[in-house]
Amino acid sequence: MPVGLWTDYFILLLVTAVIAYAVHVRRQPHLLAPWRRVVQSAPGMSALVVFCVFVTVGLLDSMHYRPALERKADQNVAYSTEVLSVLDWIASPLRDHRERTYSAPFATRAFARETLEVTTAEGRVQQLREFPKLIWGGTHLTSEADRSGDILARTLLGLALATIAWGAIAGTVAAGLARKIKRPVGQTWRAIWRNETGTPWRAILITIGVLLLLAGPALMLCAYYHVLGTDKVGRDVLYLALKSIRTGLVIGTLTTLVVLPFAVTLGIMAGYFRGVIDDLIQYFYTTINSIPTVLLIVACVLMAQVLIDLHPELAPTAAQRADLRLLVLCTVLGLTGWIGLARLLRGESLKVRELEYIQAAQAFGVRQAGIIYRHILPNVMHIVLISLVMDFSSLVLAEAVLSYIGVGVDPSMISFGTMINAARLEMSREPVVWWILLAAFVFMFALVLAANLFADAVRDAFDPRVKVGGLASA
Amino acid sequence: MIGYIIRRMLYVVPILAGVNLITFLLFFVVNTPDDMARLQLGVRRITVEAVEKWKAEHGYDKARFYNDKAAGLDRLTNTIFYEKSVRLFVFDFGNADDGRSIRNEVSTRMWPSLAVQLPVLLVGLAVYVTFALLMAFFRATYIDFWGVVLCVAMMSISGLFYIIGGQYVFSKIWNLEPISGYSTDGAFKFLVLPVAIGAFAGIGSSARWYRTIFLEEMGKDYVRTARAKGLSETTVMFRHVLKNGMIPILTGVVVVIPTLFLGALVMESFFGIPGLGSYTIDAIQAQDFSVVRSMVFLGSVLYILGLLLTDISYTLVDPRVRLE
Repeated sequence: MPVGLWTDYFILLLVTAVIAYAVHVRRQPHLLAPWRRVVQSAPGMSALVVFCVFVTVGLLDSMHYRPALERKADQNVAYSTEVLSVLDWIASPLRDHRERTYSAPFATRAFARETLEVTTAEGRVQQLREFPKLIWGGTHLTSEADRSGDILARTLLGLALATIAWGAIAGTVAAGLARKIKRPVGQTWRAIWRNETGTPWRAILITIGVLLLLAGPALMLCAYYHVLGTDKVGRDVLYLALKSIRTGLVIGTLTTLVVLPFAVTLGIMAGYFRGVIDDLIQYFYTTINSIPTVLLIVACVLMAQVLIDLHPELAPTAAQRADLRLLVLCTVLGLTGWIGLARLLRGESLKVRELEYIQAAQAFGVRQAGIIYRHILPNVMHIVLISLVMDFSSLVLAEAVLSYIGVGVDPSMISFGTMINAARLEMSREPVVWWILLAAFVFMFALVLAANLFADAVRDAFDPRVKVGGLASA
Repeated sequence: MIGYIIRRMLYVVPILAGVNLITFLLFFVVNTPDDMARLQLGVRRITVEAVEKWKAEHGYDKARFYNDKAAGLDRLTNTIFYEKSVRLFVFDFGNADDGRSIRNEVSTRMWPSLAVQLPVLLVGLAVYVTFALLMAFFRATYIDFWGVVLCVAMMSISGLFYIIGGQYVFSKIWNLEPISGYSTDGAFKFLVLPVAIGAFAGIGSSARWYRTIFLEEMGKDYVRTARAKGLSETTVMFRHVLKNGMIPILTGVVVVIPTLFLGALVMESFFGIPGLGSYTIDAIQAQDFSVVRSMVFLGSVLYILGLLLTDISYTLVDPRVRLE
């Protein structure tokens, strides 16, 4: 039975909006031109490839359903109360292979000694302090000595499959490109390799190759070992990292849905109408802005938590409750985060409203709303776009800090913040439980770095200041 | 100048009033004191008497804005709004849930916070300006390119990892520094690591930002003139570009100086520094709303003070700016 969580609907809305925007851009040459520049930027496109992988995982994790329970012949279909996502279904080997507690990456035995009862050959029961064997990790091996050989074999198989997959992708790209520019495939391939194509296909193919080389072995190994170890309650860390992606993406993107209406309407109104309206709006945002952001977020989230706690009917199941808290966090981040953009938009509208075509429109008697919608808004949209992509990475980073402070996502929700928070206490352990932090670090770094690089490419393409010369060429 | 400052101070009043109203709305209208009492006492098995007792203990058992049972001026003063919110203006924060005076806590805890934050600011500023100047000097070379790449990579790492990594490497593996703690005499050895990490964590975003500022300065006409009259590139960089580039940098720095007292939330709790940051975190985790409310108000006051200082410092460093 499909289940829609609140954030799922908003993600759907966002995806629809992005697709609508893409269709719109294709029809408008003046919008297409800066996007062409984005497409020609090698770091930007490599980042986009990585980002697309993350988005795919996030979208798979946003399609939720409740699995049907086993049914006896005469009964109606009953559904489990547990809400799962398509990602859970795909990654079910990861999800189902739960150990009892910590285990290191590729381990076959647990991380800490336990007292085991062993029956000796004479039939006596003996107690031993021993590292117990894992329930899932490496149990397909006949003897533990085979482990490194087995890992090597599977890694090589994974690498081989990755190479084949990459070859197929690269071949398709080269063939497609050759047909487009009407050259032989071999020549096209050399052009790609010398980076002589308009779109930086070399960078894109290298990025895809690196991703495949990482994913191939992981895919081959993850069903037999815990590639990134397990956490305190025995969950596979790779699974946790994959699930964290959605939380990060939701916070980074849904917040913009809250930011946009406030920043755009108030910012443009202040700049266009000036006078009393400007004073009022400026007073409003100066006041909110003078409260330190973290403290304002804390105060809002605490209050929203009280509200959720006292109204359990809003969220009947645990998943819905965690989801509601995520939504609240996005709303709060949005309500505190619109001011910077509003300020920029006010400044730009002040400039744009003095231009001749606006004066002409006013002289012709076009309605104010019409002028704002047709003339001001399209001319400040590049600022909105730049600011949205630039904010994404800081929001993902903010989630981790807020979860640490205790005002982030629901503790039961898997996110980078909760992963770091749970793992940092184990740093004092001897030997150190390092793999959870490593996994959180790598996944978060990749996501944020990709977002930062892509944001830079978008900014360079859309910012008129950079385009004219100045910064980029200086 | 004095006339300007007085006028600026008057402009501050409506903003502070607004902040006060927002905090009041957030803490007393979105959730009534009854809700807070129920939450503090546990949602289940709760009696009306217990709620009333909790409210009386915390002084929440009054009318919100207008007390029609009282007489005269008391109608306005004997209310939650007056007792809890208006009195923040004279820094009367009341008591925390554990009964201690918030004002005393603030006045003792702000010094450790400052002891961490001020060195972070100064060391950081020196490091970031050095790196930025270096990248600007070697602009459009491999040093510049890889410097920017490094900055973007460093920006993409969560601040939590800098702290965890720093503590692990310097305190656990190399045993150079105490992992956490603080003492008023001999605070130095406890401060080295947090200060170093605090400054290091900011390199990515700040150095990159300062680099853009310097590059923008370098594109200006006076730099071309300086080169044309035969000054060496080093002289141009240090005597002209650095000086002019420092104006936007300093204004960004001055605004945060007053808020240094508030400390850094995460840093202080990781290093066990008894400052205002860890005080706030403790209050958040104990859901002590009166402390959070006080910190929100205090933070706003300090921020507004920072804006005022920025305006004044502008006239000091940039003779082109005049305050009418």
